[in-house]
Amino acid sequence: MPRPALHLAVEIDGDGAHPAAWRRAAHAPGELLSPRRLARTAAAAENAGFTLVTLEDSILPPGSADGTGPVGRIGAVERAAFAAASTSVLGIAPVLATTYAEPFHVSSQIASLDHVSAGRAGWVVGTEEDPAAARAWGRPVVGGADAIAREARDGLRVVRDLWDSWEDDAVIRSVATSRYLDRSRLHYVDFEGETYSVKGPSIVPRPPQGRPVVLAPAGLVPAELTDVALVGGPTPAGAGAAASAAGAPLAFAEVEVALDAPRETARERIADLERYAPWEGRPDRLRYTGPAAGLVELLADLAGRVDGVRLRPLVLDEDLAVLSRLVLPELFVRRLAARPLPGTTLRTSLGLPRPLSRFTTAGAAAPAPEETR
Amino acid sequence: MTRTDPHDVPRPDARLHFGVFFQGVNHWTIWSDPSSGSQIDPASFLRVARAAERGLFDAFFLGDGLRLRESEGGVHELDVAGRPDSITQLSALAAATERIGLVSTSNTTFNEPGDLARRLAGLDLLSGGRAGWNVVTTHNAWTGENFRRGGFLDHADRYRRAEEFLSVARAVWNGWAQGAVADSAEARSWSVPGAVGRVRVEGAHFDVDLAPTLPRSAQGHPVIFQAGDSGEGRDFAARNADVVFSAHGTDFDDALAFAEDVRRRLRAAGRAEDALRILPGTEIVIGATEKEAEEKARWVRLHQVTPAVALGIASRLWGFDLSGRDADGPLPAEDPVVAAYEGRFGTRWVDDPRAVVAEWRAKADANGWSLRETVIELGPQRGHVGTPAGLAEKFARFVRHGALDGFNVSPYLVPDGLDDIVELLVPELQERGVYRTAYTGTTLREHLGLAPVA
Repeated sequence: MPRPALHLAVEIDGDGAHPAAWRRAAHAPGELLSPRRLARTAAAAENAGFTLVTLEDSILPPGSADGTGPVGRIGAVERAAFAAASTSVLGIAPVLATTYAEPFHVSSQIASLDHVSAGRAGWVVGTEEDPAAARAWGRPVVGGADAIAREARDGLRVVRDLWDSWEDDAVIRSVATSRYLDRSRLHYVDFEGETYSVKGPSIVPRPPQGRPVVLAPAGLVPAELTDVALVGGPTPAGAGAAASAAGAPLAFAEVEVALDAPRETARERIADLERYAPWEGRPDRLRYTGPAAGLVELLADLAGRVDGVRLRPLVLDEDLAVLSRLVLPELFVRRLAARPLPGTTLRTSLGLPRPLSRFTTAGAAAPAPEETR
Repeated sequence: MTRTDPHDVPRPDARLHFGVFFQGVNHWTIWSDPSSGSQIDPASFLRVARAAERGLFDAFFLGDGLRLRESEGGVHELDVAGRPDSITQLSALAAATERIGLVSTSNTTFNEPGDLARRLAGLDLLSGGRAGWNVVTTHNAWTGENFRRGGFLDHADRYRRAEEFLSVARAVWNGWAQGAVADSAEARSWSVPGAVGRVRVEGAHFDVDLAPTLPRSAQGHPVIFQAGDSGEGRDFAARNADVVFSAHGTDFDDALAFAEDVRRRLRAAGRAEDALRILPGTEIVIGATEKEAEEKARWVRLHQVTPAVALGIASRLWGFDLSGRDADGPLPAEDPVVAAYEGRFGTRWVDDPRAVVAEWRAKADANGWSLRETVIELGPQRGHVGTPAGLAEKFARFVRHGALDGFNVSPYLVPDGLDDIVELLVPELQERGVYRTAYTGTTLREHLGLAPVA
């Protein structure tokens, strides 16, 4: 039976998509930064049946425009690794920006996340656009959309090459020749970009997935370097058009969701939060407000237009519960979506092939077409 | 067997602390034995960390190297290589362990303080105050080839940058006052006004302006480890570190001399003598009898120093490629070639190759040793060999005389190389009153008996 069409991702950063979401969270404000709360949120997403969670990040505080929102956040890679060890089938994709970070470190971090999660890692390619990030990093400002896109693109190229720099079978443990490695299966990447160069090879063996799943906002980096384009549009048709134009193997629509909860409607919950801060709409995101059944219909419509969705719940503690009880089960019943299978990698869950290293030398075996581990 | 009178020593109540180093570089980790497991599978890390936790160890420690070592014109093939990013791996272990400290080796040259301090603080929060940071420096341009900044730092500046890096990191960690987050969703804002500070630094190495994003952890902030053995490194440790690793943990007099030197430097830095824990790296080989332990140690050495490894070590000592020679034959007749060192093989092992070769020749001639035998007997050395009771007696003497505070143990086999220590040695130490019988704290700082962060 072919896998159902619609892949389900959810953003679990902070307390939710609304800048004042923390005021409706089911925990004390400071508990946001606790391991207990992170483990609970990751478990809720896994138990609900999501294939993937994403984790927003920046070196700058999350905050809100008026300065009243949360200003604390644990780094996305650290949260991702912790969440990986607290779950078993959930894909996990932190945001990392190579605007200022060293691509060599980013490559090692995501490769290591893939190892600790046994092949469930993704990477959301991010950018640091605020010049304040340069001051926080203590590095010269990367200014302007072109320069920011250049650093994202070059960083992605380096990271992919470093993932490929160990062939899958580089560790040979040849007792007869006393060699742990075969150096001919390790490769200097010798990346030469406009602003820097990187030698390689990686210090981390090739990730279980070969290359962890790369997600990026459509248009930021060359589509052929990515696996999933994150697209938007104010309507399902708009999102579908953006998905077709994105050129990546898969396209996920960005959907903000506010659902009717047992005691309050979505509109009442939004109105409650609007007393503190506005929830600005964005033209590159769909927004759904209302009962669970309506979201199921929207997602059924989207299933014919995009490969997946990334949901951004208004308040995680409230909307994740409704998604878990009323939305995902209905999608599973109607076979519009499916839970990830135990023991599969994120690539397998998304129907993406496992790539061979681009440096693969002659004689290496071709990968199994449907790899499970 | 005579036992030390515990009251006739400088520190009768001292306790031994253990850390475990996963995994060694160099040839110490045996990969050729059937019981050697994966060096990258998360199950191996978890197995070792849980064994250490069962043995009431203070810390699980991960190393770091930012370029694969090279020899004879390419990536070095003979030893275990390839390991995870340490903070990422430790963040996963934070979810799967309860008490053990989680120490990351992270480099101050090829990281930036705003970013690294935040990552370490995140690990510290996720682990409930169990994070440590082993501060290492690098300067060589060869490692720099992996980084956009390249080899930007002079050798002389590496500790200066490290010291300034650490001061920025501490400012980031101390950026939030206690109780900085509102205790109610009805508060005017998420953070208490004025409780979240800013870090502004314009120093010789850093020009940083940032808003820290994390509160202090249960232990305040990560415990600082340091390993440099040079005078400069020891001074850095005396001024900045909570724990110092060393290579001075095999011979009692050597260990005591190191400890006294470190205490002298601590006093000079204006710190209390007990403000720093001394944990030399070591290997521990245990047998039921002395004879069995010696036989096991011999097995370990032969598996670590294969003929190819012996030739590799000799090549680095002689300064040219000896890989075609016969390791079971005599020492090379040539004199060593002394050349500038680029750092392709980690820290240089000897300062004066000519003197070392002369000593090797004299002893090899006198004993009739082959090159491999000579490397086994005289090459890089480490470790303790003995019975559980004999080792416990020896270690009790070390710690009660203030020669060290414990050991950072490198298992020669992964993932079950700690089992003998946990099951056989720890009970003997406990019986002598030099080892805890339960964790009494929850944080790494508490395990080490360090004073709370001011």
